[in-house]
Amino acid sequence: MSNSAAEEKPSRFMLVMGKIKGLLAIILVAIIYIWSARGVGFSLIEIIGELPSFFNLLWDMVPPNWAYSIRLINPLLETFQTAIAGTILGTLLAIPLILLCASNVNRNNPLYFASKGFMNLMRTIDPMLYAAILVAGVGLGAFAGMLALMFFSMAVNAKLTSESLEAIDDGPLEAIEACGGNKLEMIKYAVAPQILPTFASYTLYVFEINIRASTVLGLVGAGGIGVNLDTSLNLFRYPNAAMVILATFVVVVLIDHLSNVLREELV
Amino acid sequence: MKTSNTSLRDYEKKSMKWYVGYFVVLALFIWSMIGMNINLERISDGIPAMGRILALMVPPDTARLESSVIGMIETIQIAVIGTTIAAIFSIPVSFMAARNLGLPTAVSTAGKQILNAIRTFPSLVFGIFFVASYGPGPLAGVMALGINSIGMLGKLNSEIVEAIDPGPIEALEATGANYPEMFLYAVIPQVLPEFIGTTLYRFELNLRQASVLGLVGAGGIGVTLMQALQFRRWAIVGMTMLVIIVVVTILDYSSAFIRKKII
Repeated sequence: MSNSAAEEKPSRFMLVMGKIKGLLAIILVAIIYIWSARGVGFSLIEIIGELPSFFNLLWDMVPPNWAYSIRLINPLLETFQTAIAGTILGTLLAIPLILLCASNVNRNNPLYFASKGFMNLMRTIDPMLYAAILVAGVGLGAFAGMLALMFFSMAVNAKLTSESLEAIDDGPLEAIEACGGNKLEMIKYAVAPQILPTFASYTLYVFEINIRASTVLGLVGAGGIGVNLDTSLNLFRYPNAAMVILATFVVVVLIDHLSNVLREELV
Repeated sequence: MKTSNTSLRDYEKKSMKWYVGYFVVLALFIWSMIGMNINLERISDGIPAMGRILALMVPPDTARLESSVIGMIETIQIAVIGTTIAAIFSIPVSFMAARNLGLPTAVSTAGKQILNAIRTFPSLVFGIFFVASYGPGPLAGVMALGINSIGMLGKLNSEIVEAIDPGPIEALEATGANYPEMFLYAVIPQVLPEFIGTTLYRFELNLRQASVLGLVGAGGIGVTLMQALQFRRWAIVGMTMLVIIVVVTILDYSSAFIRKKII
């Protein structure tokens, strides 16, 4: 009895504290919202008032210029190639980074934190930004786009897979170590069999992200169908732009579907 | 004996599949690399050119620190409001798209398809159209993120709704509760923390998106970045990138921290 009475007091105190905390959180969120809304000039009147011009723009795009679709085949193929090459190169680069970013494989603390920091740093930058800088360095075209996707997908894949890798069963790793196996043997016989299906699945996910990203890389001159979107919009050829968007849509949906089928096969 | 034979055959079939997979990936890779028009000259010119650009970014132009921070603040604000608009709209859509709330299958299928369609486009495409109709500025960015994020948030949230525990719903049903009561007392308490989690996750993604929306004129730090890139002012590019990296990292950690606390 005395025990439960002793527990009651702090619990009531905790309850009040919890309420105060909740109230503070709500006030903080409200302040963030008011600050943000003022910063972006948020006004419902403007949003609703400008909606007709948005729909007019969409209306200008109907019907799409079907004849333009033939000229989109090559850019679409280039978009594919950019995404495929970027994903594969990024995945290859991700392999060492994954191993370095997993605390159960890489037990060297400074190296672990350095790799993790590098991975997180690479991930903060959007592929479009990489592309914009790379275009200045290696010139216009899909090559810059491929490199941009490579850097970004390396970081994203390394983050996702290394987090899964840290959650694998450590038994086999310890078993190999106990037998006197070295790091490479441990990776080959204990890590790889456990992580490969997950890694493949994340790679497909990254590929889906890259397909979407590769369709707009052309806006900064990094090749693919985005170039056609950019020129159509700059010349106010809205039916052409509509065709680009329609073609992109069909392709992305197909790739997503294919990727989902493959992923279910894997896991 | 028989079972071990079938499992062996299964195993062979499976490893066969992996070999076919490797071959297809290799073929696709070679085809793609051919399309990239890579030659020795591009690489031998490209590496020193990239090196020069990176060298010019260091040290960053500290005179532009203030304007970069102001741009980044606008980027954060765009991400906050855009994510919130999407979160509000995604809630009814995600309940509509969930299969376990007794709504007709046609409704949930239609809901899922709409969400998939929205998810197909990168937010930059939405950005272009909102800039064209709303004029350049942060409001166009807000609308782009607001509409674009409904796709992913709706999808994730509807999956959360589909994974809820039916126990409380059945318990309320047994006591004779009506549909709104069941919804309010059995569904909402179960999904709310996870909804907040997905919204915060989307906020992290939107922050990165908002940092480049300025490339198409939709406000934020991307506008400064775009001008610096056009005029090849690499020290300014370095400054803006530094601000992006620092701010995105801090907000990522805070958001992940809050997510862990909530769920």
